[in-house]
Amino acid sequence: MSSVSTRLACKPADYKSDLKPIWCPGCGDYHVLMSFTRAFAQLGLAPEKIAVISGIGCSSRIPAYTNCYGFHGVHGRSLALAAGLKVTRPDLTVVVASGDGDGYSIGGNHFLHACRRNIDITYVVMDNRIYGMTKGQPSPTTEPEFDTALTPGGTGVAPFHPLVVALASGANFIARCFSGEPNETADVLAEAIKHPGFSFIEILSPCVTFRPDEKEWKDQVRPAPVAATNDQGKAARRLMTDDGFNLGVLYRGNRAPFQPAVVGAGDTDLSELEKDFEL
Amino acid sequence: MGASPSISIAIVGSGGAGALTTGNSLLEAASAAGWHGLFTRTLGPQIRGGEAAGLLRLAVHPVDCLPDQFDLIVGIDWLNAHRFGGEIKAGPQTLVISDPRGGEPPPMVTQSGARVVEIPIKEMAKSIKDGRPNMIALGIAGRLLGFSIEQVFVPIAKRLADKGPQAVDASRAGIKAGFDAAADIDFDAQLAPPNPSDTRRWLLSGNEATALGAIRGGVRFAAAYPITPATEILEWLSPSLAKIGGILLQAEDELAAINMVIGSSYGGTPALTATSGPGLSLMIEALGLATAAEIPVVVVDVMRGGPSTGIPTKSEQTDLNIAIYGLHGDAPHLVLAPQSVGDCLFTTQWATYLAESLQAPAIVLSDQFMGQSRAAIKGPADVAFIGARTVATNIAATYKRYALASNGVSPMAIPGAPGGQYTADGLTHSETGTPTSGATDHLAQLDKRRDKLDRFNFGDHWASIEGTGDLALITWGSLTGAAREAAGRAAADGFDVRVIAPRLLAPVQPERLAAALEGVKRILVVEQTHSRQFHRYLRAHYDLPAPVRVFNRPGPLPITAGEIHHAITDWR
Amino acid sequence: MSKTSDNPKISSLNDLLAVAYQIEIDAVERYNVLADQMETHNNPELVKIFRDLARAEGIHGEEIRRLAGDFDVENEAHQFARFGRTDSPEEAELGSAHYLMTPWHALQLSLAGEKRALAYFTFIVETTKDPKVKAMAAELVEEEAEHVNLVNRLLRRYPPPRDSWAEDLDPPVSQE
Repeated sequence: MSSVSTRLACKPADYKSDLKPIWCPGCGDYHVLMSFTRAFAQLGLAPEKIAVISGIGCSSRIPAYTNCYGFHGVHGRSLALAAGLKVTRPDLTVVVASGDGDGYSIGGNHFLHACRRNIDITYVVMDNRIYGMTKGQPSPTTEPEFDTALTPGGTGVAPFHPLVVALASGANFIARCFSGEPNETADVLAEAIKHPGFSFIEILSPCVTFRPDEKEWKDQVRPAPVAATNDQGKAARRLMTDDGFNLGVLYRGNRAPFQPAVVGAGDTDLSELEKDFEL
Repeated sequence: MGASPSISIAIVGSGGAGALTTGNSLLEAASAAGWHGLFTRTLGPQIRGGEAAGLLRLAVHPVDCLPDQFDLIVGIDWLNAHRFGGEIKAGPQTLVISDPRGGEPPPMVTQSGARVVEIPIKEMAKSIKDGRPNMIALGIAGRLLGFSIEQVFVPIAKRLADKGPQAVDASRAGIKAGFDAAADIDFDAQLAPPNPSDTRRWLLSGNEATALGAIRGGVRFAAAYPITPATEILEWLSPSLAKIGGILLQAEDELAAINMVIGSSYGGTPALTATSGPGLSLMIEALGLATAAEIPVVVVDVMRGGPSTGIPTKSEQTDLNIAIYGLHGDAPHLVLAPQSVGDCLFTTQWATYLAESLQAPAIVLSDQFMGQSRAAIKGPADVAFIGARTVATNIAATYKRYALASNGVSPMAIPGAPGGQYTADGLTHSETGTPTSGATDHLAQLDKRRDKLDRFNFGDHWASIEGTGDLALITWGSLTGAAREAAGRAAADGFDVRVIAPRLLAPVQPERLAAALEGVKRILVVEQTHSRQFHRYLRAHYDLPAPVRVFNRPGPLPITAGEIHHAITDWR
Repeated sequence: MSKTSDNPKISSLNDLLAVAYQIEIDAVERYNVLADQMETHNNPELVKIFRDLARAEGIHGEEIRRLAGDFDVENEAHQFARFGRTDSPEEAELGSAHYLMTPWHALQLSLAGEKRALAYFTFIVETTKDPKVKAMAAELVEEEAEHVNLVNRLLRRYPPPRDSWAEDLDPPVSQE
């Protein structure tokens, strides 16, 4: 990681590509992109040493809007792509981007195991409580009474608490941010990247097209009333009683990150392995 | 009766009798003495204590298939052995050793006209301290086959090395008791002496060969989700990769496994996973992603009985369709199939090289028969291909990850390389990787991905083509050995048969097959499927310039050389 | 909303100039982002308005650079690129954009931004103890007040939109 020798050495603009986002004007993800570029600039990382991995959905379009290496994978599997990449390339900074549908529904199983495995990657879920890309179906974080074409009258199914799930599964750093506070979000993201092990940030990011009611979020969010804890029991209680709008770093664990020995390079002598078969 | 080039033995037992250990030990003893051999097993559905039969064929030359009939069957007990049905064929020449207290031999034995000699195996075992019936059986079989006690004892001593002297002594005593009990039994079949010029032989299973082939090919990352009958590949790879600085990561499911492999490869580390039919089904979407984003990966499918959960412990050749046609969209990729236990090593190594060179996924269709059989084979040659990925270096501002190139292969930027940043994508993209829905780019990239495979010179490895004659036997995978043997028998009768077995199933090689079929008047297709997948594949992509007959049967029973020979002679 | 206590500490004239410069830079960037969005979403009238606003902010930025004289305001500015929990005062609120937005909306966003900047510099005038800072801040207040007036005059040209301004008869498109 290069040090910031002069303050202007790394500007957020260095991390943006020329590709114009297809996100609807008013989408929270524009701010999230800003937070990404500001965080990368803060950390002074070379863009070619960052890999942004995503699944499918509006939020998952983000890799191509950065100037880093990117992977726009298939629905729900971004964490698996990231795991294979990071363990074989621990020198890279790997940031995974997902949405509430991609990350918590089809990607739910991989979410549990990514937290459990605790590989040193950072997972950002842009939660807009809806499947935006496919035009407005409920997601695992949608309120049960929210009316949609697919589920008239609402799902009637309670949303789950992704932060609690992350804690229970072993995530080493848990935070919640709001896209409308891009500087705060950038700070949290930078800290998450620096924090060893699996860091999870849920970013509330309103969907202007399918959840215009989320405009109210900016008046509902607040900094968490108490500083982050490293005690899992305390964190569990706080997260379970959280109304979903407490912002900031909420939990910092100290599990050692999972990183098997690094892949060797060059020709290696296979005779050790082959002599097991020789008669 | 003179010396035989090959002898086959079945050891049958259940409930912890250890029949498989006996069979394996005989293989080891024979291999140590210089013979070749093939050992496989057939099992009941229980996890432990089930009925089991070790099926062994020993020979002077390498053998890739089981016999039509067994020369010797040792029944430690016959509990539920009727379940093995037609798998353990006996005939009037067969000697059956049967424990009188081991239950009734199954109809396949009693109705075969085989000679039955009773030896009270279990009782003998009981009379020895810590005696085990399978050691008695080992002694009996060893004696009948003409081994010395020492020869059959050596592999046992190795296996029991960490179980203490008591266990070792008890085994020796058991082997000796069996030996003595068999001393007066007439057994005509004797193995011809081993070929002294065969130096450097190996003893390994198809799954082990597959794993080693991958490593030889440059694989240094594997993602693992267990599934029968592929798990052994992953279990062998785990410590082996660690020894050479590679990594195996256990995945939570096959969806994760294939994506981990893609992630590793994207980062520059050649990667593989192994599975069977149900797992391959789950991996199909991601294989499409690897195809579209042009990322090399290798997936080994050790085929088992299908469809759905099917028969996990038995072999079949019914994943051909999904391997070739399973990806949605037009997604050409590589499909290869090894032809024997030893060929599992070569084919997997070659598949890795091809995947890396062509930046595409390669599916290797092995099967349960090859995967879980153990064979004494000639030590495989050290083939010179190691994965040859074209990596972008000295990357200029004009770099385009998916630039159209004359051979269709565009240099791949590896993360970390300055200036090469791109976003790999399953979305249809332009030369830079930017998503597009335009006609020109879509067509250009489709052409690129097809052409890179079609223009590649796969050389002679694409198929094994042997023999001359008007009748061509076209088969693939584990049936190749039986087909070759059948052709050999036909040739001995004065009727020449060609055997053609493609090792490369996709992309297809129409010109090469046309050359191989030059002058053929009859084509016999042999496959282990119900719906004739291979025949349909041949008809879809190749000209079959002569009348065709198809001999197909689904699993679980292997198709024997005798059956194929019969099909040949039926059509002379 | 930003708490003024979160805003950067102004300890000197140079600090103030740097902050003021950063505010303009942020605004330029923000208007360009909005212009890009309008371009991608086929609203050419708004592209022009946002580019014009970006250009105007750029000119203000140049003004400040000129006022700063020898002091390298560009280099020092970005350390002040933090305004409490939200955006920099003059940055138009991204969350209020809409692909069908009208010039009236754009100008409302701009007006809100200018007013926030005005309030910010007013706060400095009222609280600073440094006379040089006070004087410069007062000048900046006058500048911002002029900008507010300008936007208000422009607003007279563009009436508030009809109630149905956001109506799009075509349904949204699922791209994946």
